[in-house]
Amino acid sequence: MIWNTILLALREIRRNVLRSFLTVLGIVIGVAAVIIMVTLGGGVTVKVGDQISSLGSNLLIITPGKRMGPGQVSGAGPFTLEDAAAIAREIPGLAAVAPMSSRAMTVVFGNQNWSTMVSGITDDYFTARNWAVQSGREFNASELRSGAAVCIVGATVQSKLFGNQTAVGNRIRLQKIACEVIGVMEPKGQSTMGTDQDDLVLMPLRTFGRRIAGNQDVNMIQVSAQKGVSTEKVQRDVERLLHERRHIPANSENDFNVMDMKEITKMLTNTTKVLTGLLGAVAAVSLLVGGIGIMNIMLVSVTERTREIGIRMAIGAMEREVLLQFLVEAIVLSSFGGLIGIVLALVGSFGIASALHVPFIFNTQIVIIAFLFSAAVGVIFGYFPARKAARLDPIEALRHE
Amino acid sequence: MSTQPIALDAPLIELIDVTKSYGAGSASMQALRGVSLRINAGEFVAIMGASGSGKSTIMNIIGCLDTPSSGSYRFKGVAVELLDRNQRAQLRRFELGFVFQGFNLLSRTSALENVELPLIYRGLPHSERRALAQEALAKVGLDGWAGHTPSELSGGQQQRVAIARAIVTQPSVLLADEPTGNLDSARSVEVMEMITRFNQESGITVVMVTHEPDMAQFARRVIHFRDGIIASDVIQSGITS
Repeated sequence: MIWNTILLALREIRRNVLRSFLTVLGIVIGVAAVIIMVTLGGGVTVKVGDQISSLGSNLLIITPGKRMGPGQVSGAGPFTLEDAAAIAREIPGLAAVAPMSSRAMTVVFGNQNWSTMVSGITDDYFTARNWAVQSGREFNASELRSGAAVCIVGATVQSKLFGNQTAVGNRIRLQKIACEVIGVMEPKGQSTMGTDQDDLVLMPLRTFGRRIAGNQDVNMIQVSAQKGVSTEKVQRDVERLLHERRHIPANSENDFNVMDMKEITKMLTNTTKVLTGLLGAVAAVSLLVGGIGIMNIMLVSVTERTREIGIRMAIGAMEREVLLQFLVEAIVLSSFGGLIGIVLALVGSFGIASALHVPFIFNTQIVIIAFLFSAAVGVIFGYFPARKAARLDPIEALRHE
Repeated sequence: MSTQPIALDAPLIELIDVTKSYGAGSASMQALRGVSLRINAGEFVAIMGASGSGKSTIMNIIGCLDTPSSGSYRFKGVAVELLDRNQRAQLRRFELGFVFQGFNLLSRTSALENVELPLIYRGLPHSERRALAQEALAKVGLDGWAGHTPSELSGGQQQRVAIARAIVTQPSVLLADEPTGNLDSARSVEVMEMITRFNQESGITVVMVTHEPDMAQFARRVIHFRDGIIASDVIQSGITS
């Protein structure tokens, strides 16, 4: 019986192809919109994750001051070089411990000047950040030890100050000191947070301390764990060690913060996931509108086919069968719409994903959900018209013109 | 249906003092004012009368599309007025075939599919349905027209498709409501001869409403209605088939 009913419904849809197509257009668009949104959102999430792990997913960033909330830090004393040395000495499983100190400054070359971030670093910086010099060289041991006036610039600084000319071998001025450029970093591009990672000048930490800051403070320590070492454990160890070294009373909170890049990854991917969900929900509204479209046409169809319903009843169709016929018709229609929408969405999101350089990730789950949802729309919005059809009086229906 | 015993010796159709009124209170209209009638299996009955005489109402009641306001209608001994909508639908499905004045075929649906329709509701498998529908179309002389939709067929052909649809289930009763009302006289005679043939060859009981005396001539028995009661009930003789 149910198979016969589906057959009847298919016959009915075939009888009026254009109208059937226009009826389901709403569902097609709704399903396509939901799937495209969710698929692209998934792609963006993966891309964000990739970008962060390119920064080093086993990276821990230690900063002084307690985090009060996003972007808010309470004041606290800086670290010292000894803190960094202690971390390197006492915590096992570390690949690099890179203390650094930074300041925003204007750098000058000839008549060009550029505001950038100047950082004092040690050679562990390159290991911790998994970043290398593109042209020129890194600092050598004697430069690091003696605090020589040498620096390495990022790609942005190179292009802003030197244009097409090579920076290596030239001297740039930072406030009072002149400093020889010995290298240019590989371009790294924008970070996930939208800052330009290539807009920086690096110099030996000792040079920075003596000639620029005037102290030996360290205001950030970047620690990278060896492969296979749990960053959670390293984080705990660092916290315990610094807690001790900074003489923090046993039951007060730490006045420093150890950030695991994994946590940041999680935070950011969560954000994109929430956004994806929101976009998907907005798209789902169009599915609802599509459902109303189906109900509208089904109601018109019931009125238009009153006579047909009368004929069917005279021939011996029961109320239930007429109800089922119209209900199945609505479900078949909306499922068809769902299928077309899925195909459209897959083609569309593949195209958009490659245009936006976002990975295309096929999400089976959302495809199935969208399809079931479209079928459910058929049930919900088809029921009322179907009931109307089933309750017609056969005599009246036969008389209907 | 199953709750009532089927009396094998009962007449096929029996109306006992049936009345039917529409509306309520002072605006009510009595279409039937006490009709008693028996039709036996194999009969060919023509119901005649002016419009408003109650002939359409009696047709709807016999066709189980409507129920009497009072009195009883027994089909094969089963009191139809006690059945609910779905049980009456079942009765129509298995016992009755309808032919209407306006043909009432499904538009944009081929002749074959139209004839198949009642078989679908009977739950027959596809291949069997096809075969029976083809056979019924052949019986009404439309072998080559199976794939044509009603709009591609003449009025006479459409009515023949409708007859094929009515007899494809081999019903006990064929109910024809002005079957020739929309046809010219030549087509009318064709259709009437066809109905007569099914009555005589297959033994299908025919109840036909008509206002054309020429068409009533085909029936063995002619019942005249006037103002909701039976005015005359005559067995015609001397019909040559």
